[in-house]
Amino acid sequence: MSKKAKRKTRSSLIDPNLLRMAARGAIVKLRPATLAQNPIMFAAGVAAAFSSVIALRNVVTGTPISAEIHITAWLWLTVFFGNFAEAVAESRGKAQADSLRKARTETMAKRIKNIDDTEFELIPASKLEVGNLVAVEAGEVIPGDGDVIKGIATVDESTITGESAPVIRESGSDRSAVTGGTRVLSDRIVVEIGTAPGESFLDRMIGLVEGAKRQKTPNETALTILLSGLALIFLIVCVTLEGFAAYSGRLLPVVYLIALFVALIPTTIGGLLSAIGIAGMDRLVMFNVIAKSGRAVEAAGDIDTLLLDKTGTVTFGNRMAAEFIPIGGIREIQLAEACLLSSLSDDTPEGKSIVRLAEDKYGMSSSIATKYQMTFIPFNAQNRMSGVDIAQVSIRKGAPDSILSLCGNGNAREASGIVGRIAKTGGTPLLVSRNKRVLGAIHLKDIVKPAIHERFAMLRKMGIRTIMITGDNPITAAAISAEAGVDDFLAEASPEKKLELIRGEQAKGKLVAMCGDGSNDAPALAQADVGVAMNTGTTAAREAGNMIDLDSDPTKLIEIVMIGKQLLMSRGTLTTFSLANDVAKYFAILPALFVGIYPQMAALNIMHLGSPESAILSAIVFNALILIALVPLALQGARFVPGPAGAALGRNLLVYGAGGLIAPFIGIKSIDVLINAFGGI
Amino acid sequence: MFAQVLAQLALLAIAVAAVALPLSFLLAAQFDKGNVPVAKGFWSSLFGPAFGTEQNWKSYLLSALVFNLTGAGLLFLILLFQDHLPFNPLHADGLSPAQAFNIAISFMTNTDWQAYTGDETLSLLSRMAGLGAQNFLSAATGIALAFAVVRGFVREKNPSLGNFYRDAGRAVIFILLPLSVVAALFLVHEGVPQTLAASVQASAIDGGIQTIVTGPVASQVAIKVIGSNGGGYFTANGAHPFENPTPLSNFVQMVLIFALPAAFLLAFGRMVKDRRQSRSLLAASVVMFAILFVPCAHYESKANPALSGLAIDQQVSEANPGGNMEGKETRFGILGSTLWATATTATSNGATNAALDSYMPLGGLIPLFNMLLGEVVFGGVGCGLIAILVYTVLTVFIAGLLAGRTPEYLGKKIEAREITLAVVAVLLHPLCVLIPSLASLAAMPPGGEPHSLTQTLYAYASASANNGSSFASFDANTVYQNIALGLVMLAGRFGYAAPVLAIAGSLSSKRAILPSGGTFPTHGTVFVILLIGVIFLLGGLTFLPAVALGPIAEHLSLYSR
Repeated sequence: MSKKAKRKTRSSLIDPNLLRMAARGAIVKLRPATLAQNPIMFAAGVAAAFSSVIALRNVVTGTPISAEIHITAWLWLTVFFGNFAEAVAESRGKAQADSLRKARTETMAKRIKNIDDTEFELIPASKLEVGNLVAVEAGEVIPGDGDVIKGIATVDESTITGESAPVIRESGSDRSAVTGGTRVLSDRIVVEIGTAPGESFLDRMIGLVEGAKRQKTPNETALTILLSGLALIFLIVCVTLEGFAAYSGRLLPVVYLIALFVALIPTTIGGLLSAIGIAGMDRLVMFNVIAKSGRAVEAAGDIDTLLLDKTGTVTFGNRMAAEFIPIGGIREIQLAEACLLSSLSDDTPEGKSIVRLAEDKYGMSSSIATKYQMTFIPFNAQNRMSGVDIAQVSIRKGAPDSILSLCGNGNAREASGIVGRIAKTGGTPLLVSRNKRVLGAIHLKDIVKPAIHERFAMLRKMGIRTIMITGDNPITAAAISAEAGVDDFLAEASPEKKLELIRGEQAKGKLVAMCGDGSNDAPALAQADVGVAMNTGTTAAREAGNMIDLDSDPTKLIEIVMIGKQLLMSRGTLTTFSLANDVAKYFAILPALFVGIYPQMAALNIMHLGSPESAILSAIVFNALILIALVPLALQGARFVPGPAGAALGRNLLVYGAGGLIAPFIGIKSIDVLINAFGGI
Repeated sequence: MFAQVLAQLALLAIAVAAVALPLSFLLAAQFDKGNVPVAKGFWSSLFGPAFGTEQNWKSYLLSALVFNLTGAGLLFLILLFQDHLPFNPLHADGLSPAQAFNIAISFMTNTDWQAYTGDETLSLLSRMAGLGAQNFLSAATGIALAFAVVRGFVREKNPSLGNFYRDAGRAVIFILLPLSVVAALFLVHEGVPQTLAASVQASAIDGGIQTIVTGPVASQVAIKVIGSNGGGYFTANGAHPFENPTPLSNFVQMVLIFALPAAFLLAFGRMVKDRRQSRSLLAASVVMFAILFVPCAHYESKANPALSGLAIDQQVSEANPGGNMEGKETRFGILGSTLWATATTATSNGATNAALDSYMPLGGLIPLFNMLLGEVVFGGVGCGLIAILVYTVLTVFIAGLLAGRTPEYLGKKIEAREITLAVVAVLLHPLCVLIPSLASLAAMPPGGEPHSLTQTLYAYASASANNGSSFASFDANTVYQNIALGLVMLAGRFGYAAPVLAIAGSLSSKRAILPSGGTFPTHGTVFVILLIGVIFLLGGLTFLPAVALGPIAEHLSLYSR
């Protein structure tokens, strides 16, 4: 897997600066209004406050109970740790956001009235409106998001992509979109502003990495509801327990009941939930992908069908000559020479690959060109061939039917046979003729990217079906898809066909992801459940998709899918762990609570904890420490192994379910031993 | 002993399977028939257009409520004025309003909690037109609700869930009535009376005259066990020789108690066209039942330490049943009693063939725990399937997260709305059990025995779970308890049905997603383990503190002597 963690601003987990910043953030987050956004931590906070009041009252009345003070302190620590986790996750994005913000400020725009104007009016970028035209020249920063409507320029987009190599932006092409905050390196372009200030791409990115504008994803909302429901159940349990105990003969200390409540409610997942979400988005940004919504990231984890463009994704962008096939008794070397000569002035990638093949395989040299007086015939769309005239010799290269109609019936039968054979293997045949006699064929071939086969195998393991989209004919498409290992293909694709395919898959109940860059991809990108637009693409495509890939690398969908899955998994594993922990906490706290009412309850103290006070305190300390101990897991995400979902379920259930049952028994016992070793409380 | 337990369980399992399998075909067929949208059919021509139209979840629930409350109102009036109505040969008095309210709600909600003692309390009319009718109608309501809930998973982009009247009507005519007729005939053969004579006079050996209450017992016992009602003709319920005369009648009744709940689990796979789903729900239920039954039988077959000083032989031997035989019938023994107790509390039936009050603390904890779980192990007719589906939805949610996929069950995405509603449903039970129990206990002097805490907890668990069994020493026939328990039964039935139907309505409006390689399977061992884990963990965590002060404290005191 090609992990490109380009963002050097990323700091390690134990960076002291970062920790200091997070600690400050954690205290600020103790504000009730902020705390209330997370029901579980809010409940824990209220419990801690309630416990403080009681402990304080006892201190004032001169009957302080040391265990109550300890417990109260650890309850506050639990809340603090939860805030701290969130603050750590946020502060990791802060530094990055700051550098982005620098790009946003200070920019001035040269606004012009008409596209051909040279006179401009200098206004701050923040005053620009949608539809304004601005001129940007070499060395200047582009003041806002938009499309190039005139000119061509090289642009340094390293502020947003982290990639230092400049990219080309050109009007009227699929590479017309520019981003505010990037710098023009050469030439002059006119940009039509497409987004209002404050809603630009850069603003979105800043909001995203900071986690400030983060909205809960649908699944996160559902989980929050489930956790709140559990907290409510435990509230009923703990409140009624005081009544049951009263009936049984003795009131329980309220602080102990509060401790039981906080121990039971799922603080582990509750405290880490938002950190998981922020860290997940952060991981996407690390892969240079901007998600417009958390919903899209979650949906990415569920993708059943993945539509990939052939060109640039499955294969290298261009076809290459793979073979020269002579006919009619012509020697191979003769054919090669004709091919070379016909392609010397051909600047297309195919033409260059023909020259390269002639050089590499037949040891020819393109310097041959200097030997003759040559007249090059450029390609023209009517007769679909190109070539060269050298004195009386005319060499032509072109589409088979064109060459055949030029040459008449000479070797037509043999030539057609070879053309058919090449086409059947998915290649593109060209014919070469000399003085109206067919010499042979050139086999142009799509070259499948080297590691792509393994990537598709991995996707298949994850249960994702890949469909290759290509404008090729079905035979070519079939051959390439077989070679690359995709599951299916859509040949002779048009925008309508793509849209139809996506709708068809969705009607079958599948979630579809696709990536695209051109304006004609926009409808399909909008229709797909996850549409990844390439950053090099048009504004239309970037608006239609719900994610933007800054590297414009379509195979990155695999990583996006994995991040989506990881996001859910981190939540699931911590929820399971949190709930399973409650069993051990009961065994610690219940005997401690009830032993005063029924001395025989000591039999339930299977961990043999030192005293009732130390037992309750140990459970609370464990509860707080496990929260902070799991912060790295929340930030890095649960481990994802590509494979069937059932296997992941089993593995995580074993590790976090069974582990969650056992771990707290060991943890609570150890803490209790420590507490009692230091003289108890 | 162990071999005997296994043999008994195996025999029961085989017999249940033999009855439940054909019944599951019948259920699935009725489900499908109620699935076909019929604008004008038999039902609508008979009862008006409302009976033939498709209903969304709200109007389905409303119909169920209107229908059941009307029935309960009628029953309430019959009970109140039974002394002025015909078929009252023993001249039973009219009941007090509080008691009539309690009984009316109890039989309407399929709880069949019997807040009356004495077999002469009710007239024959009250029994047949009142209780008997509600026995059928409450079971039919359960079946209809289950049909509606399953349609939520089956239907796509269609908010309607069928028609309540049609479903309930089909349930009575094609399922409950035929089954009851066959079962009643068998019971008569075993010696259960079926007569309109209310009593017989017998000359006792000592020369006195004894009045023995009898009546249409077989028909009521049949629907009592088939419809997970549990309300006996006699106060002694299944322990009375006229209700349950022989070991064979005991066995057959147990099979019938399981028949429809098991058939529902089996039919579920047919209804959703994926039989593997049935297998996993069934496997989870069987495993949970075994986990619950074994400790119950174990603690009951052990000697009671309180009696160990006395000249009582508590050892198991050929001639001596051994163990804790207090309150148990010798014709059933420890096994027959504990298996019955586990079965009727697991299935929300609530019929009893022994005094649960006299069970050992941990032996009695099992029936209590069954109800605290919310009748999810097989559960009531229809309602059991609903209960395990609610837990399945929650389990699927957690499983989805664990597997890294937004959760879906049977192709339907489980999202915030479904989780909210499932949480409301799950929250209802602790609310209805813990708070009213506490309110009851608060009226008693502090320093009470753990056993009375257990009794109270048992009463409200039984009411909230619509089970109906009880610890006999609990004094339920007070105005407060009659009304409080009645309200809890009502909440346990319709407070639960409302959010669950809402889940179904929400799911049926969604499009279904085809399973792919990324979908985690909701069949297979891992999911079954997780489902059992969620059910036990949620039930255990919610009620363990209260239970610790009841049966567990009692157990520890008893054994620490």
